[in-house]
Amino acid sequence: MSSSPTERPGFAWITPALLFFALFGLGPVVVVGYLSFTSWSGLGDPEWVGLANWSALPGDGQVRGGLAITLSLTVLCWVTQTPLALAFGVWAAGPQKSRAVVSAIFFLPLLLSTAAIALVWQALFEPHFGIPAQLEDWFGLTPSNVLGDPTWALYAIVFVLLWQFLPFHMLLYQAAARQVPHSLYEAAELDGASGFQRFLHITVPQLRHTVIASSVLILVGSMTYFETVLLLTAGGPGNATRILPLHMYEQGFVSFEMGYASAIAVLLVILGTGLSLLVVRVTGYSRMSSQREGL
Amino acid sequence: MATGIRPRRPGQPKREQRSARAAAKGPLGLAVTRLRPRPGKRPAYASGLGAALWLLVVVVPLYYLVVTSLRGSGDYMSQGPLSVPESLTLDNYVNVFEVGFLGFLANSLIVGLGSITLVLLVAVPAAFAIVRSRSRMVRFGFMLFLLGLAVPAQAVIIPIYLIITRMNLYDSLTAIILPTAAFTLPISVVVLTSSLRDVPGELYEAMALDGAATWQVFLRLVLPLSRPGVSTVAIFVGLNAWNNFIFPLVLTQSESTRVLPLGLWSFQTQYGTDVPGLMAAVVLSALPILALYLFGRRQLLSGLAAGFGK
Repeated sequence: MSSSPTERPGFAWITPALLFFALFGLGPVVVVGYLSFTSWSGLGDPEWVGLANWSALPGDGQVRGGLAITLSLTVLCWVTQTPLALAFGVWAAGPQKSRAVVSAIFFLPLLLSTAAIALVWQALFEPHFGIPAQLEDWFGLTPSNVLGDPTWALYAIVFVLLWQFLPFHMLLYQAAARQVPHSLYEAAELDGASGFQRFLHITVPQLRHTVIASSVLILVGSMTYFETVLLLTAGGPGNATRILPLHMYEQGFVSFEMGYASAIAVLLVILGTGLSLLVVRVTGYSRMSSQREGL
Repeated sequence: MATGIRPRRPGQPKREQRSARAAAKGPLGLAVTRLRPRPGKRPAYASGLGAALWLLVVVVPLYYLVVTSLRGSGDYMSQGPLSVPESLTLDNYVNVFEVGFLGFLANSLIVGLGSITLVLLVAVPAAFAIVRSRSRMVRFGFMLFLLGLAVPAQAVIIPIYLIITRMNLYDSLTAIILPTAAFTLPISVVVLTSSLRDVPGELYEAMALDGAATWQVFLRLVLPLSRPGVSTVAIFVGLNAWNNFIFPLVLTQSESTRVLPLGLWSFQTQYGTDVPGLMAAVVLSALPILALYLFGRRQLLSGLAAGFGK
């Protein structure tokens, strides 16, 4: 058991990764905090203005509205994505050949980038040449502009995000469902449990780590739905879909109020970091613990 | 068995249940029993119907995407969007190439490969240190990466813009590569670390007994053994770079540095009415990933679910 002094790698091996990450990952978090106390147009040097940006935040209707819309979007995405991903993921984990073929098709949206998906759906929602026009041809329905409607625009975005992200979460559930020991199902079957009972009392409890991980990913991910919203509605109509990250982007890179935008960004960091720390805790990244329970 | 079978029929003896479970495990183990279809299983109509409905929701837009990209512009104006086109044409694809698609494609490839290279260069040694080192500092470093999992890229785009402009990198491909690599680094380190954790310690000890230096251990043991983790990380980073929108949006502006997602958007804003052309561009932008899906489905899916696939 004598270990030579050269056997174990030292701190030097992790230094390049840490330095690089400090400069472009963690450093910016500190800098954004500093910038939130400055006025900066993006050119020249930031000027210290104390709490001016922060005291302006509560009076900004778009910040309050943006927070509310971000929250609704997050909740709606969770409510739609989680049950469907769980059901389809477990379904796709079945041994049948037909399910393998169908789930391979389900995964196809994963091949398209966020920008591509948003642009395709924008064309599909278009009232004169998109699906509304087709429905008019077939059923005589009056074409409606979903994305231009203050009530429906947010739901349209939720639907597009569901279309985009369902396969990813389905993938997580499918992989996890395949890990559930088959002996549990066989025992339940001998007990006369129906398919739905087996799903409810074996599959769901066995997958609870995945449910938590996938849920928190949805919560954290909702901070990043920015691109879809920018491309589909750009926050409109009016402010109906102006989520907080979009408001931040516009303040910073359209109005060049980068100090004020940084204050909004700090809000986002607090929201996002709080939720993500939850991911690290519940998924046991740092502990690397086994997810298998019950055997 | 805390989460085990709750709906036990009353009256059925517990002993029988336990012995049945023992039999199910059997001498051949779980892997064999899993392949066998469940006995007495009825087809799941409800889930089958749900799956069929969702299949329609997935397939209709994809059909629209491909068919529209092959429609002539006159056909697009006069026919329903889901109708079967009277004639197919590749004109849209030709047009897309004429407005600089190849340049955008090349930029995206450079950004993808650059990010992958940068991440692997620093992450593989870091994972080696995290798994094998006993140093407190290294453990602290690992905690920093775990903390970094939590930082949303969108929220720090303003300081990144500040740093990139101060480094005189604004409007260059390097400007996209650096933050893309940095924000995929934490998950990459975690994935590589967990794949190296599976390497038995005896292998390292054997090499140390042979008098191998640390760098020799790294080259001859760690690099070959980390290959599955490396391919997962490469795909994860590559996909992120390929799909990333906000870094290029904020850190570049000219056509010579435009990457694919921005190229699609600029196509839409410049040629708004040319939807068939836009759809052709979308199809082309997905082809490289489609090729990956067809030839390396397992690797692609593990890269997508990096950190959660275990």
